[in-house]
Amino acid sequence: MILKGKVWKFGDDINTDVIYPGKHLAIFEPEEMAKHCFETIYPDFLKKLKKGDIIVAGKYFGCGSSREQAATCLKYAGIGCIIAESFARIYYRNAINQGLPILVCPGISKKIEQGHTIEVDIASGSIKNLTTGEKIQASRLPEFILGIISDGGLIPYVKKKLKRNV
Amino acid sequence: MTIAEKILARASNKKRVRCGEIVNAKVDIAMSHENAGLVSKNFKKIGVKKVWDSKKIIILFDHRVPAESEKTASGQKAVREFIKEQMIRYFYDMRAGICHQILPEKGHIRPGELVVGTDSHTTTHGSFGAFATGIGATEMACVWATGELWLKVPETFKIEISGKFKRWVMSKDLILHIIGKLRADGADYKAIEFYGETIEHMSIASRMTMCNLTMEMGAKAAIIPPDEKTLNYVSSRTELPFTPVYADEDARYEKVYRFDVDGLEPQIACPHKVDNVKIVSEVEGIRIDQALLGSCTNGRLEDMEIAAKILEGKQIPMSVRLLVIPASREVYLEAMKKGYIETFIKAGALVLNPGCGPCLGAHQGLLASGERCISSTNRNFQGRMGSADSEIYLASPAVVAASAIRGEITDPRRM
Repeated sequence: MILKGKVWKFGDDINTDVIYPGKHLAIFEPEEMAKHCFETIYPDFLKKLKKGDIIVAGKYFGCGSSREQAATCLKYAGIGCIIAESFARIYYRNAINQGLPILVCPGISKKIEQGHTIEVDIASGSIKNLTTGEKIQASRLPEFILGIISDGGLIPYVKKKLKRNV
Repeated sequence: MTIAEKILARASNKKRVRCGEIVNAKVDIAMSHENAGLVSKNFKKIGVKKVWDSKKIIILFDHRVPAESEKTASGQKAVREFIKEQMIRYFYDMRAGICHQILPEKGHIRPGELVVGTDSHTTTHGSFGAFATGIGATEMACVWATGELWLKVPETFKIEISGKFKRWVMSKDLILHIIGKLRADGADYKAIEFYGETIEHMSIASRMTMCNLTMEMGAKAAIIPPDEKTLNYVSSRTELPFTPVYADEDARYEKVYRFDVDGLEPQIACPHKVDNVKIVSEVEGIRIDQALLGSCTNGRLEDMEIAAKILEGKQIPMSVRLLVIPASREVYLEAMKKGYIETFIKAGALVLNPGCGPCLGAHQGLLASGERCISSTNRNFQGRMGSADSEIYLASPAVVAASAIRGEITDPRRM
């Protein structure tokens, strides 16, 4: 899976309340969730977001609540993948389970800036900054996680698995 | 092996597991609150007709009770229908309290078991010797369908606590102090085991506060080895058998930390991060608009007791709103019998129904732009409790009560 997109750059410790405010947790429709990403603190995000854009963040992206809406909303808003120095544990799982590609890449914040265009090979973890020409290597995802992502998330993955077991 | 390794080995039917290994673990208890609506929606997509075990799924409402909007009301209604259809045995609707208080109160938490919940503060239940961790709604749907979940076996940090708390200093101050030192991601992906005389002397409630807040340094699970106190509490509430699990003498810990509480002063997490921890005396005098006593972190009887002691016979100024939210009906009734509720009402507090209250920013006391709240809850993220231009300070129930009386952040030792 090769993705190309413009970068939205965020700092360290971006928490789930900032990504998806608690007041919208009663919403269960992914398209509706997508209308509220980052709305409290970064109201410009949704106005300027284009389908396929990529988030590059500092350490501990997605810390806080277990709300998976914080991953779902970004996927349905059109974010192609998220690359961060590190992720909070539950967010990492939630993104994978939603089929939203996610890569850990220590040092990425220093190599990519807001508005750069990058190309990401999800399977190998190789990233190319098309604006500067620099190549960056992210940690490779384990095989079975790649399997979940390529199936489109945990639900289709488990469905397939259950079918095999029958 | 550590406690975490032993529980995950047992749950995945293996003799030994190693850190970093991914296991397919059988879940003992699966808890969801309002987000059971999202879980059931995902469950239906899997195509399995019946949940794997209708006695192992626990559901209740606590995040928005009573429903604050038509949307929430419809969501809760759909969950009730699903529960009926699936004949899920343990459903408490909105008649119990906050999930992390209710699970142990109603006897669903047992040492040595694997507990998952669609709520990050599920780590609370490690205080009873369980491996308890928060998961997302989609993976919970798969747990409902299969009873299993993939988990990476975490490395374990050993944290040893010594010393005796000074008067008005609580376990909340200790865990805030630890988070301040280890930082918000200091235990990301890790299991924690707590040891030491201070933990041994701690009440069940204070231990729950410790394990609850380890989530704010990223912990996957935080476990207190079960002692007599734990076993008495658990046995008095469950009829099911259980096997406590303890670490081997040669268990390997990635890191060992030691803290002493002898000189520990009241602590406070300043905006907008839980690891922005200071000593209360450093920020004394900052004006507050709201004080919140409650939540899965600090809404238990001992929290009500210490606040009532401070508020007894006092009046809260009109410039401050004090919200009191007991963590459960059981806590509420006990607090009423002991006269704490009367003390709160006479002091000018608003006593609300058991639930999460405004902690997550859904209802019941949100903050306007420029307002400041001192709170016994667990997160002070920007905008969490309302306006992006409001501020949340996290502290112990004693600090919250003392601050409510003065209308400004106050060290309870001065009262």
